[in-house]
Amino acid sequence: MSLSPYLPIVGLFALAFAFALFSVAIAPLIGPRRYNKAKLEAYECGIEPTPQPVGGGRFPIKFYLTAMLFIVFDIEIIFLYPWAVAYDALGLFGFVEMVLFIGAVFIAYAYVWKRGGLDWD
Amino acid sequence: MAAEVLARSLAEPAVLAADVKLPDIDYLAIAPMLVLFGAACVGVLAAAFVPQRLRYRVQVSLVIGALLVALGLIVTVARAGRAVATAGGAIAIDGPALFLQGSVAVLGVVAVLLIAERSLERGGAFVSRASLTPGSAADRDQAEQPGATEVYPLVSFALAGMMLFVSANDLLTLFVALEVFSLPLYLLCGLARRRRLLSQESAVKYFLLGAFSSAFFLYGVALLYGFAGATGLGALRKAVQAGDGNTTLLFLGLAMLAVGLLFKVAAVPFHVWTPDVYQGAPTPITALMAACTKVAAFGALLRVFTVAFPVGAVDWRPVLVAIAIATMLVGAVLAVTQTDIKRLLAYSSIANAGYVLTGVLALSAAGVAGSLFYLVAYGFVVLAAFGVVTLVRDADGEATHLSRWAGLGRRSPLVAGVFTFLMMAFAGIPLTSGFTSKFAVFSAALGSGQVTLVVVGVLSSAVLAFPYLRVVVLMYLSEPAEDTPTVSLPGTLTAAALAIGVLATALLGVAPAPVLDLAAKAVQFVS
Repeated sequence: MSLSPYLPIVGLFALAFAFALFSVAIAPLIGPRRYNKAKLEAYECGIEPTPQPVGGGRFPIKFYLTAMLFIVFDIEIIFLYPWAVAYDALGLFGFVEMVLFIGAVFIAYAYVWKRGGLDWD
Repeated sequence: MAAEVLARSLAEPAVLAADVKLPDIDYLAIAPMLVLFGAACVGVLAAAFVPQRLRYRVQVSLVIGALLVALGLIVTVARAGRAVATAGGAIAIDGPALFLQGSVAVLGVVAVLLIAERSLERGGAFVSRASLTPGSAADRDQAEQPGATEVYPLVSFALAGMMLFVSANDLLTLFVALEVFSLPLYLLCGLARRRRLLSQESAVKYFLLGAFSSAFFLYGVALLYGFAGATGLGALRKAVQAGDGNTTLLFLGLAMLAVGLLFKVAAVPFHVWTPDVYQGAPTPITALMAACTKVAAFGALLRVFTVAFPVGAVDWRPVLVAIAIATMLVGAVLAVTQTDIKRLLAYSSIANAGYVLTGVLALSAAGVAGSLFYLVAYGFVVLAAFGVVTLVRDADGEATHLSRWAGLGRRSPLVAGVFTFLMMAFAGIPLTSGFTSKFAVFSAALGSGQVTLVVVGVLSSAVLAFPYLRVVVLMYLSEPAEDTPTVSLPGTLTAAALAIGVLATALLGVAPAPVLDLAAKAVQFVS
């Protein structure tokens, strides 16, 4: 078996690695340095890990809702992209299947929208 | 040179029309599942767009209507005598698949009757907004509000997933079906109106352990793909019979796949979640899990082991025999020590999984037929038994501690009588379905020379009769305590569910022949 079909993947790996190196190297060189307390935390946004909030450790789940919705659409794209590439080969059957799939995703979207999942407050 | 190859591979079209072979789909054969999935999607929309006061009626009619239509379609397909592997070989609609899909639909209707009951408690057994902190002011405000109607689309998705699970002919389809029916069940477990913390605990436990077992299952699929180069059950069978692959991959993959399946049927040592989840979940959902999930999980287990791993090529019997013996013994012995009726029924369901495994291990047509019959018979008994549990209540909701059942027979002879009959069926007394179904699996196992299994099975049944009869003795021979809970008058829906369960238990005990014949005709797997 020839390995040449996998060559683009190797190229992609090299690109990704170079980009990571570049980002890490360039950030301290050109980024502003303004230290404050938040800089010492693992993440500079989201929920304070300590101390636990009062009332049994409850915190707003808005970020999680947004993240979950993001995953729904992300997965949709994962299926849409290869379908778009192979559109000619799949023909009408593929088109109908894809419309059904997008319809199923939009049912979830309509539910979330109508029930207030997209309202921030 | 490298750049040249890169450029050429980028210039080639990704997929050629000649490479793509569209699957043949037998739409009639998969119509029952399509109807139920469609109803579930409509249910999701109804939960958002139908006005609040109409939602409950719309949702309940939608689920029950869809289940009845699906049942009609299943009968139509079965009468046409269809046995096909369709959708590119991913789904097999054959005798066992149709029998099990029909069982899921029928038991599902009865379970939905229990789930939809709203007269026992204001607003039903389900909480309105499960996300509110139990005991908070907002939570006390919702005590009188009607329960969430999202329950019904979730149940539809779960039942449709179970139907797909018993007909999946490809390990990946099997995994998708597993998740489709598991995820709604995790959610449903956490929606109890009373004892919220216990309910949420059960949901988290079920979810975490279920996720682990799914991971095992998926890893097993990956290893089996490494062994056979395919995930279809038919292709796996060919690879196993050829026997020239890497057997380490085969054995590891088979073992991990078995862990995933045995977790769902609650076989020892993968049973630990069962008592906690059965106790914490809303009782109608416990009934749904004990009846329908059991059917689905055993359906898939039967298909995978019979179709993909012929015993002549890979002998998994000794391991499964050990698991079946452990399941029967642990379930029966631990049931004796229980003081909560829901936990008692949970351990009894573990032991019953062992009895069905006995039928599976007979490895004969009679064994498959016996297992199929057992699953249906057990499903009706367990649905009715949990239906009775929802009736015995006090001010705090259901009174599930056994000591609270003392003297119930004097206060409410009818309900105690029904429960006694169901306990007799569990214990396998003749003239109930418990006897005919145990007879079917044990005789099949004996016919295949599995003497040890049958001896252990009969002995553990004798042990298991003790906790059942203890409840009966408690109800009739103990003095009613001051705080003996009242038995609520069942609403129409619960009464209907109880009537169907009791009637089926009696009929399958006295005249089991039609269903036994149906099961005997439905043993041929295609792949």
